[in-house]
Amino acid sequence: MAMAGKALAGETPQVLRTAHEIWSPLVLTLELATVTTLLLLVVGTPLAWWLARSHARWKEVVAAVVAMPLVLPPSVLGFYLLLALGPHGPGGIVARLQGARTLAFTFAGLVIGSVIYSLPFVVQPIRNAFEAVGDRHMEAAATLRASPWDAFWRVAVPLARPGFLTGAVLGFAHTVGEFGIVLMIGGNIPGETRTLSVAIYDFVETQRWAEAHLVAGLLVVFAFVVILSTMLIDKRARHL
Amino acid sequence: MLFAADALSPLVAAEARVAVAANFTEPALRIATLYEAASGHHVKLSFGATGQFYAQIAHGAPFDVLLSADQATPQKAIVEGLAVAGSAFTYATGRLVLFSRDSTLVTGEDTLHTARFAKIAIANPVLAPYGAAAIATLQALGVLDTVRSKIVQGASIAQAYQFVETGNAELGFVALSQVAGSSVGSRWIVPEALHTPIAQDAVLLKSGADNVAAQGFLHFLQQEPARHVIVDFGYGHGR
Repeated sequence: MAMAGKALAGETPQVLRTAHEIWSPLVLTLELATVTTLLLLVVGTPLAWWLARSHARWKEVVAAVVAMPLVLPPSVLGFYLLLALGPHGPGGIVARLQGARTLAFTFAGLVIGSVIYSLPFVVQPIRNAFEAVGDRHMEAAATLRASPWDAFWRVAVPLARPGFLTGAVLGFAHTVGEFGIVLMIGGNIPGETRTLSVAIYDFVETQRWAEAHLVAGLLVVFAFVVILSTMLIDKRARHL
Repeated sequence: MLFAADALSPLVAAEARVAVAANFTEPALRIATLYEAASGHHVKLSFGATGQFYAQIAHGAPFDVLLSADQATPQKAIVEGLAVAGSAFTYATGRLVLFSRDSTLVTGEDTLHTARFAKIAIANPVLAPYGAAAIATLQALGVLDTVRSKIVQGASIAQAYQFVETGNAELGFVALSQVAGSSVGSRWIVPEALHTPIAQDAVLLKSGADNVAAQGFLHFLQQEPARHVIVDFGYGHGR
C-alpha cells in the first residue's frame, strides 16, 4: 500500500492528496461518532432509566435540560464550549493535568461537544423504551426474587433493546452530521478535528465541487440508510 | 401624500447590500454610518471570509458591493462576469499582526523562533488572504515546519481572533484593525516585507451596477471621512 502510494506519487500526486483529504476526515468522523455513541450509551442509560422510573417532581426539569440541544443553535453551544473548554473554564483545568492549555482544538474537546449535542437523541429513545417496559414486568421479576440489578439487566434492558438500537443509531448519525460546534471549537486540524462536515465546507468554499459532491453524496446516502433503519427498527419493535 | 413626499425628495433612498471581508468589520460599520447620514441611503453589511463570499456571489448571492481582503478576488469576479469592469480599486492595505492576550508572550519574530506556545491561530489560508499572509510570514522566517503542528485555523480572520481572545490559542496572526482599538496584550506588527502586501480591493458587483446606493458607497469609500476611519484602524492608504 505504502509502496504503491510512493510509486504513484510521482505521476498523480493530486489524486492521492485528494484521496487523503477525504479519507482522513472520514476516519476521524467515524472515530468521533463511535467514541461519542459508546459514551452516550454509558451516560445515557442510567439517566434514561431514572427519567423513566423516578417519581421525583423535578425529573421533567432534568428531562428538559437533556432535551435542550434539540432547540439550541449549535452556535450557542459552540460559544459556551469555546469558553468552557478554554484556559479560563473547567476544560482548562482538565487540560492542565496533561500539561496542555485548552481542550478546544482536540479530539477530546470534540467528544465533549458531541456528547452534549447528541445526548437527547440517545436518551429519549431509551427512556421511551424503558417506560414501555412498564411496572408489571419489573414487579413480576421482583416476585421471582430477582434483585433490582438483575431485573434491570435481565428484564428491562432486553425488552428495551429496540430503544437502545434506535438511540445508538441516532446518536452516531447525529454526531456524523455535526457541523457548527466542530467549526467553532475544532480549529480545522487535519487528522484531529477536521471532520467530514468541515471538509465539505472547505471543499465548497474553495470551489472544489468534485470533492464536495463526492463527500456530500456519501452523506446523503448515509442519512437515508440511517433514517430507514430507525424506521425499520421501530416497526419491528411494534410487532414484538 | 406619499407621492408628494417622493416628488419633493431629491433622491429616492436606495439600499446597498455590501459583503465585507471580516478584517474590515469595524471600519465598515463606522463608514456605513457616516455614509447613511451623508446620503440618506441604506447600507446592509454582511461579514465573512473573502473566499466564502466569492463562492456565494458566484451562485447568485444578492450583494451589490464586495469589500474584499485581496485584489485577486475582485479581478476574478470581473473576469467571470460577476462584477463591473473598471470598478475595482484599492480601499485599504491591511497589516498583519502577531497578537497575544498575554502581555509578555509576543516580543517580535523571536517569539516564532523559540515557539514557546501550544497553539497559534491563523485564518484559513485558502479562504482568507490574512491566513495566506500568515503562512507566507512563517515561511519567510523559516519556521513554518516547526510551527505547523501548533497551527489552528479559523474559518475567517474573525474566528482566528476569537480563538486568541478566548485564550484557547495563546497567540495568533490577526488583522491590525482588530486590535488597533486597544492596547492590551502584546503584539508584533509583521513587517510588510515578509509577505505579499494585503492590498484590499472593493468592486461593484453586477447586481449593484444600477444601484445608486452602491455606487455612492464606493465613491464615499474614497473620500476623506472614510479614509480617515481606514487609517485610524491601522490600515495603509488605499490608492
